[in-house]
Amino acid sequence: MTFLWAFVVGGLICVAGQILLDVFKMTPGKAMSTLVVCGAILDAFKLYEPLIEFAGAGATVPITSFGNALVHGALSELERDGWIGVITGIFEVTSAGISSAIVFSFLAALFVKPKG
Amino acid sequence: MLIGHRTWAFENRPVISGAAAVVGPEEGNGPLANDYDIIHEDKMLGQDSWEKAEQTLLEEAAKLALERAGIPKERIGFYISGDLLNQITSSSYTARTLSVPYIGVFGACSTSMESLALAAFIVNGGGAEHVLSATSSHNSTAERQFRYPTEYGAQKPPTAQYTVTGAGAAVVSKGEQADRNRPVIASATLGRVVDMGIKDPFNMGAAMAPAAVDTIQAHLKDLNRTPGDYDLIVTGDLAGVGYEIALELFRKHQVPIEETQYYDCGLMVYDRNKQPVQAGGSGCACSAVVTYGHLLKRMARGELRRILVVATGALMSPTTVQQGESIPCIAHAVCIENGGMSE
Amino acid sequence: MSNKKMKNVTPVQKEYQELAKSKEPKRPLLKNCVKAFFVGGFICLIGQVLQEIFMHYFHFDQSKAGDPTVACLIFLSVVLTSLGVYDKFGQWAGAGSAVPVTGFANSMASAAIEHRSEGLVLGVGANMFKLAGSVIVFGVFSAFVVGIVYLIFGLGG
Repeated sequence: MTFLWAFVVGGLICVAGQILLDVFKMTPGKAMSTLVVCGAILDAFKLYEPLIEFAGAGATVPITSFGNALVHGALSELERDGWIGVITGIFEVTSAGISSAIVFSFLAALFVKPKG
Repeated sequence: MLIGHRTWAFENRPVISGAAAVVGPEEGNGPLANDYDIIHEDKMLGQDSWEKAEQTLLEEAAKLALERAGIPKERIGFYISGDLLNQITSSSYTARTLSVPYIGVFGACSTSMESLALAAFIVNGGGAEHVLSATSSHNSTAERQFRYPTEYGAQKPPTAQYTVTGAGAAVVSKGEQADRNRPVIASATLGRVVDMGIKDPFNMGAAMAPAAVDTIQAHLKDLNRTPGDYDLIVTGDLAGVGYEIALELFRKHQVPIEETQYYDCGLMVYDRNKQPVQAGGSGCACSAVVTYGHLLKRMARGELRRILVVATGALMSPTTVQQGESIPCIAHAVCIENGGMSE
Repeated sequence: MSNKKMKNVTPVQKEYQELAKSKEPKRPLLKNCVKAFFVGGFICLIGQVLQEIFMHYFHFDQSKAGDPTVACLIFLSVVLTSLGVYDKFGQWAGAGSAVPVTGFANSMASAAIEHRSEGLVLGVGANMFKLAGSVIVFGVFSAFVVGIVYLIFGLGG
């Protein structure tokens, strides 16, 4: 069942993105930034984690989960270490995503030429 | 000689003694494939970067135009050229290769006719015997500079246009008796900047249409002509959206455009039904390759006797767009006639 | 100096802009949304499958399985970008390819690949975050704001 909800929830978040692109005429950069901030706000209201429980990858794969992960990192460090945690914790959870994106992109740039 | 407000009539009838159109693979798959002089299969032309590829296109077009004119580059008085890149590097680096006196111009996609008009003016006025006018554009260099990295998966809207990969060059020479068969540059009208407040860089056709109509009206008024005096009027790259708007503007301003064939190079260079080019072609090379490849051949066959090529350009930069500015545009028109025609 | 908020649009300009808008081809919203739904859903489904594989065969626990899943999807996206197909895929799929983390990876890989011609340091290094930068900046900043709000209102973790 999680598979079905992963598909549906992931699809719906993408539809939200498409609406930002086509109805609000946002550029992709603005639309993705908006979705990330939405993910952050949803986690601030403790709404994103239940979505992840329910939809699995349907909530963790879209870019909104990035916002969620950043807030999560900040808040868990805040609880553990106090006020400095707001700064130290932000990238904690998202390290896998950003690090692998940097590493693989760099490798790609070494071996591949753009095709136009 | 100046006629009216901003039209030059070239009484000494300078001719296009040689021209060339060089394009990339997508243009080679388009409707005018048979009319280009060189079609490259590799968009990078075997070079290390897109920018070097564009420079190669321009150099090839320049060399071929000189060959066609039968003129060695030492006899070229001036080389007038421009392109879309920052600091018009394709043109400047080609000028380095050509080693002739160089006048760099920037008119965005209107550069082809801007430089042709200036070349004709110089030759007509005795400033040189031969002047080389050229321009180039490349889809990837334009995407890289104005929009996104070429492998980025952004979805382009239906109003977007596809920059032509290519270069067009023409040698303008003093008209002589022996040149009855060569196309004559009869007159040119330079444009003024028109900005109707369009801000969307993905809808340049809408931004440029008013400038095109403004220049065409000025040209007709200055020479006291109507569209019926021409066999064909083409705009440079208004493409699908801008073309429809231009038709509407002609109606509104009561310009009887239906007296002649009116079309747009951006619609001619690609097959919109088969190629993923959204609204159509754009770029400096759009008007250049269609004019120097296709239209001059039609003139040589006697199908067209007098045409008006109106190249259109959008003069924004990514910075001005991001700063919330609208897009100012310009259009330059050149009237080309068959050698046998007289006023 | 132009003040963009106060810039007065003349009546002629306004009339023209209305004409331009009327001639603008409508974006196929429904078709785009359907494509985005199916493509985005499918990518998330692949993510779910990967997650299950990592949990059951590689013994990651639930909370940690997301990391290798995301890394895999990013790898796939970089490969597709390198093969020169992601841009065509993106034109068709729209938000369906941009919203999942694959879109994020594509934005970085495409920028890195494109700017290789300017060298590794000033080209690849300096330009890699050209498109992804705003996502990271706004994500981090909003996380910071949320953290500060929590701190001020004593809401804890």
